[in-house]
Amino acid sequence: MSDPTSDSRNRLAQQFISALPHCRALSMRVEEAADGVAVLSMPWAEELVGDPITGVIHGGAISALMDTSGGAAVLCHPAAAMSTATMDLRIDYMRAAAPRERITARAVCHHVTRSVAFVRAEAFDESGEGPVAVANGAFTLDRGGDR
Amino acid sequence: MKRPEPIQVVKQRRDGALAALVGGVPYARFLGISFDRRGDELTGVLRFDEKLIGNPALPALHGGVTAAFLEVTAIVTLSWAMLWDDLEAGRLAAEGLTPETLPRLPKTIDFSVDYLRSGLPRDAYARARVNRSGRRYASIHVEGWQDNRDRLFAQATGHFLMPRREE
Repeated sequence: MSDPTSDSRNRLAQQFISALPHCRALSMRVEEAADGVAVLSMPWAEELVGDPITGVIHGGAISALMDTSGGAAVLCHPAAAMSTATMDLRIDYMRAAAPRERITARAVCHHVTRSVAFVRAEAFDESGEGPVAVANGAFTLDRGGDR
Repeated sequence: MKRPEPIQVVKQRRDGALAALVGGVPYARFLGISFDRRGDELTGVLRFDEKLIGNPALPALHGGVTAAFLEVTAIVTLSWAMLWDDLEAGRLAAEGLTPETLPRLPKTIDFSVDYLRSGLPRDAYARARVNRSGRRYASIHVEGWQDNRDRLFAQATGHFLMPRREE
């Protein structure tokens, strides 16, 4: 049996993601949501291909997944942000993602200040090898109230 | 002196090669990205669509869409610069260019996006500058804007691995 609080948190996170049109367009799914951690995945699709000869998914689609998981990790952080936006995101592409495999991104919000959240993320395909990409980002942290 | 080529011939060759280059990237079609060309200068155009929204409350473009748009613009601009000389010298025929006959695309090594303001729900534009292009690596800066060219909504820097050239 899984912990009921984590179940409801996953459900909430999924509802949040499903309300974002671009995340729906990429069929993103929440795999896990915990304190300052979000794991999101998306399926391979023909229309996301960047190189038609190899069928490898475009780096931009992986950016979208990592950006979303980063934002979700910030919102899952106990700092309880009302909202967040990406300020800066750097992605290193280690290798081509295997075609036709699901991509999963795990983002950790490892530090927050009063108004900034710092995030690290890794993206994997299904091969069980090392990450296809890693990312570092800074996000705004809107705690609501005082401005 | 050689007579200059008729303008239609020049335009057909350049526009044909550009269409083959951009049309070969399914993800660019999915996002609705096209390219305007003035001579060899390219401007990426991202047609607004509801599915590009990340935050429906504002509403604002998804940060991932912005990153992808800038990255597509960087890759297409870099490939175009690579193609240009061969195309103009007649070493590459524009007719019948397909992903199989085009040179391979550069691969992104890293890409760093600086989000300056939220992307509004309307068309966006981007232009890339190749700061360095060597045999193996290239460094590119991309600027994205919407209503005003001087008010960027995002900019990015990236490094790319150039495809190996035969010969």
